[in-house]
Amino acid sequence: MRIAVPIKQVPETADVKMDERTGTMMRDSVEAIVNPLDLYAIAAAIRIRESLPAGECELVAVSMGPPSAARALREAIAMGIDSAVLVSDKAFAGSDTWATSYVLAAAIRKLGPCEMIICGERATDGDTGQVGPGIAAWLDLPAVTYVGRIESVHDGLCRVRRLVADGHELLDMSLPGLLTVVKEVASPRLPTLGGKLRAKQVEIPHWSAGDLAVRPDRLGLDGSPTRVVKIFRPTVTRRCHKVAPTDQDAIDAAAGSLADALADRGLL
Amino acid sequence: MNQARHSGVWILAEQSAGHVEPVSFELLARGTALAERRGAELTAVILAGRLSDRELGELIARGADRVIAVESPQLEHFLLEPYAACLGELIARDRPEILIAAATTTGRTLMPYVAVKAGAGLTADCTELDIEPGTGNLLQTRPAIGGNILATIKTPRRRPQMATVRPHSTRPAPYRACPYRAGPYQAGSDRTGPHRSDGTGRIERFSPAVSMLAGGVRRVGFVPIDEQRTIEDAEAVVVVGRGISKPGNLPLARSLAKALGAAIGATREVVDRGWLSYSHQVGLSGKTISPRLYVGVGVSGSVQHLAGMQTAETIVAINNDPDAQIFKVADFGIVADLFEVVPALTEALGRRRTGGQQNAG
Repeated sequence: MRIAVPIKQVPETADVKMDERTGTMMRDSVEAIVNPLDLYAIAAAIRIRESLPAGECELVAVSMGPPSAARALREAIAMGIDSAVLVSDKAFAGSDTWATSYVLAAAIRKLGPCEMIICGERATDGDTGQVGPGIAAWLDLPAVTYVGRIESVHDGLCRVRRLVADGHELLDMSLPGLLTVVKEVASPRLPTLGGKLRAKQVEIPHWSAGDLAVRPDRLGLDGSPTRVVKIFRPTVTRRCHKVAPTDQDAIDAAAGSLADALADRGLL
Repeated sequence: MNQARHSGVWILAEQSAGHVEPVSFELLARGTALAERRGAELTAVILAGRLSDRELGELIARGADRVIAVESPQLEHFLLEPYAACLGELIARDRPEILIAAATTTGRTLMPYVAVKAGAGLTADCTELDIEPGTGNLLQTRPAIGGNILATIKTPRRRPQMATVRPHSTRPAPYRACPYRAGPYQAGSDRTGPHRSDGTGRIERFSPAVSMLAGGVRRVGFVPIDEQRTIEDAEAVVVVGRGISKPGNLPLARSLAKALGAAIGATREVVDRGWLSYSHQVGLSGKTISPRLYVGVGVSGSVQHLAGMQTAETIVAINNDPDAQIFKVADFGIVADLFEVVPALTEALGRRRTGGQQNAG
């Protein structure tokens, strides 16, 4: 079986610069890493491969991004992913989640039959969590989100635990299907020595819009339904009322006035 | 797309075990404001096994002109494909202009799937919604890049305009008894009037076709978590940071949480050490929460943590480091040893409660 793992390269810190005109991120200015939440998807996929007889399961990472995103794919290979494809074209620039999931779905279709697609829950930069379910919709696949554990994968069925607000749902999904996973699902893999060697040598195919069965009017900024019209700094309305009591009496007094202040705000 | 053919504001209400979830009432508050601005009808859509008129009537009492209840035993619990098929069918028939849902595990899963199928634009996790003067477009504002900036997004050419809304980012719509009549679903965009035009509400029940209920996922069980309140639902959350030092000190925070009626959350360090489970984790790689009250106990306030909690209504920080980043987003800060402050605060809250009861008596 083949498992596709869509991953995203994201800025390392939360402090990235924005292009004030287009409202899109300026990705060149900071160090780029594999989206931390995608590491759980990579680890979950590797764990499934390890549970199957050798050679029965192939893991393919797919990323849409600038040519430099190939580095994120090499990192995924160093961690144990078998092969990778970079989907990159100027025509994709400015894509929102609708257009991004469209292109990733087209790329996954081109890989050939995939029994599973495993995504991170969301990317730490865009923070939407919309691309995973979006890919499932484009491919007409069943999907389970917020998966905290993959119990089993066999006979065209996978049993998972889905983490919801008040507990775990136990769900059976027929394959092919898509999962988005959360941190509990598996521990991230460290790059191995062999993996690093392979990551250096392996060739990463580069697919552009012309290589995919996509409609030009669904790509990039122009093909995206949503538009960023304004970005702005939140106005800081909080002024911290800070006290530093030094003895027990002062601490009791500070605790008492805090309780009063919370009551005044109707919070108790 | 002929945008003039789309009208009406819809909210996606949620239910659990036959009861409407309170987050639905927050959506009704948002929806009422938008419907008034657009001079349009406000419709609440809810998918369920079966809901009583009384439960559905509360959606009307809190602002809906019309409730569409999609009912089938297969819809008792959220499953993506049948929920998406039913919602997609209603969108195709009624052509709403705006559709908002809560940014819950359900809303964040269902809405992107439906948006792709409907060719609609979707904005995640909004904290503000407004109508653009002139164009009438929905302006969707959300925190981006870890909450350091806000982005306003619109969907100029596609309908419906879809958004998920961060839970607790607004107060629930108030309850005002309102008469209603109940009947079967009637596709209705052509008879949509302005919000609250005739002073009565309508409950319309829709029985989906068997083909809409198909899907590749089956629910075979459920394991509830043992916490009484989850951090996403709770109005108040006490978050434990590394300053708590060891798991043996957790009862201190639990007593404070009990006094506040709060759920227990944790920073990533605390979860990574195994002191609390992942379902408690607040921050960029955990949950984003927006409770009315956040109390950080021994939380330093990493950028990643702040991204997950800084839209809370009131933020209290207790930390012995005066330079801790958490104080930058806090309303109230106590710089002192948490092992002294937390018991004192718990006691002060307990005193208030007994004092309050005496006054009331």
